[in-house]
Amino acid sequence: MASLSPPSLIDLQDLQLDDARALLEHAGQDGSQEMGEPPLAYLQRVINGLCELSLKDPLTGLGNRRHFIATLERAIEVVARSGESILLLLLDIDHFKNINDTHGHLAGDQVLQAVAACLANCVRPMDTVVRYGGEEFAMILPNCRPNCGRVVAERVRRAIESLSIAVTPLVNLQVTISIGGAYAPEWVRSTTDLWIERADLQLYRAKSDGRNQVFLDLPHEISVSAEEKGLLFGHFVVDPTAAPNNTPVEGPDPGSTSTHRVNA
Amino acid sequence: MNDLLTPISEKQDTAQLPLKPLGKVIAVTSGKGGVGKTFVSANLAAALAKRGHKVLVLDADLGLANLDVVLNLYPKITLHDVFTGKARLEEAILPAPGGFSVLLAGSGMVEYSRLTPEVRNEFLRIMSGLVPHYDIVLLDTGAGISDVVLFAVSLASEVLMVATPEPTSLTDAYATIKVLVGQQQRQTVRMVVNQTARAGAGLPITHQLQHVLDRFVVTEPGHPIRLVHMGDIPVDSEVRQAVMRRQLLMQTSPGCPAGQAISQLATRLEQTVMPKLA
Ligand SMILES: Nc1ncnc2c1ncn2[C@@H]1O[C@H](COP(=O)(O)OP(=O)(O)O)[C@@H](O)[C@H]1O
Ligand SMILES: [Mg+2]
Repeated sequence: MASLSPPSLIDLQDLQLDDARALLEHAGQDGSQEMGEPPLAYLQRVINGLCELSLKDPLTGLGNRRHFIATLERAIEVVARSGESILLLLLDIDHFKNINDTHGHLAGDQVLQAVAACLANCVRPMDTVVRYGGEEFAMILPNCRPNCGRVVAERVRRAIESLSIAVTPLVNLQVTISIGGAYAPEWVRSTTDLWIERADLQLYRAKSDGRNQVFLDLPHEISVSAEEKGLLFGHFVVDPTAAPNNTPVEGPDPGSTSTHRVNA
Repeated sequence: MNDLLTPISEKQDTAQLPLKPLGKVIAVTSGKGGVGKTFVSANLAAALAKRGHKVLVLDADLGLANLDVVLNLYPKITLHDVFTGKARLEEAILPAPGGFSVLLAGSGMVEYSRLTPEVRNEFLRIMSGLVPHYDIVLLDTGAGISDVVLFAVSLASEVLMVATPEPTSLTDAYATIKVLVGQQQRQTVRMVVNQTARAGAGLPITHQLQHVLDRFVVTEPGHPIRLVHMGDIPVDSEVRQAVMRRQLLMQTSPGCPAGQAISQLATRLEQTVMPKLA
């Protein structure tokens, strides 16, 4: 069938594509060469399919750790050049081991899938949600001001809390999640390790504080109220990031600790 | 309106207390990134060196150091090696094209944005070792109000705030000045308005900032904040060209409008600030 296509340097017969084909078929993609599909186009399609697979967590369909690190690296570049606010959240299902121990690993997997779907539903298309490891997930939220970060994280925590996961027709499970987050430092080309470490510290605090909590490492930000801006520019500016009623944008006091526990 | 300053300083723990600033050290800082700190630091250093002063520029922008790029210097030994004990301080100091000395940060310094007591001590040790050897030390700091930037600024006896007339830059400069007043009890901040459309456009901006600070920032009675306008630097295509050629403006075209503005800034600094240092 490939004989119809123009001569190519690559002879597909010489390549061992069986494993790649099987992987793609297993993931629900069409892994074989179509009628009349040029060898190069087919190879490109296989490569694209494999790349996509290499970034996905097979169980939940979310991005995997590799995807996470690549996205985080890109985010660091963006923050360094633009000073944009980007929030990293690490989310860990509370007492997950108990679920596995009590209800079995199959139930554990169902919980992971349900939590993953719920997390993916909580965020905007521009956000990244990944399975970071075992029962740990991560979110990268670009263009997310500090006061909006708390709202999002809290919304995620509540969404998971109110989830009822049917693992058998008779058993519904409920889980909670602990969330730790950190903003990328502005105007700094940081490293993924440093950033993750800061979010991880907050996750640890959320866990030790009794779980089902959100702890964020907020950037040092000092509020400049609409009044101040108005006087600064001689007129009242309309700040699209300000609250709708034009109240001062909330932020931590510069002298206070930058860690804020969100829910009571 | 509630950013009253006294309560902030009371809230500080001892680790956050500003250090005693070092004489002869001037921090070049900004609220927003990319406004021209490195451009000002390097060219001001060249202008002061030309007047016979012994000048050192220290790249203290740990996260976005670009002094190396501007000066076209890629040394084997950097501040990072001094920090890690791989080299001695003297080995990391280089002669820069403009007749001054530089200490470049080097990659890997971002690790120190995690400002531990060890990092603070090491920084302080390095600075105290350097200062006696120069007439003036310029700290090219990072932007904003992260711990490491505030720490670097706290080491300096004078602050040169670089801002552009762009609203976000002014807002960030204003916010940074508020923090410097609150956390470091700074009373004087020196303004350089960079990238103005024409000469003279910067002074009203400094006045406006002063006006808003007076209105919204409460300080202890008898200790008002004073912004001192040090000068404007106009937008000048020669600046970008010098950057592209990896050369200092003060060497390629000192007579262009931006070059003249830098010279005036150097004179101003020489006459009004340097006598007070030491
Ligand atoms: N007066 C000016 N006129 C034109 N361009 C300028 C001027 N000042 C700075 N720039 C441009 O802005 C860029 C960023 O300046 P830089 O000194 O690197 O900023 P920072 O150190 O604050 O991040 C420079 O590469 C230069 O091209
Ligand atoms: Mg710079």
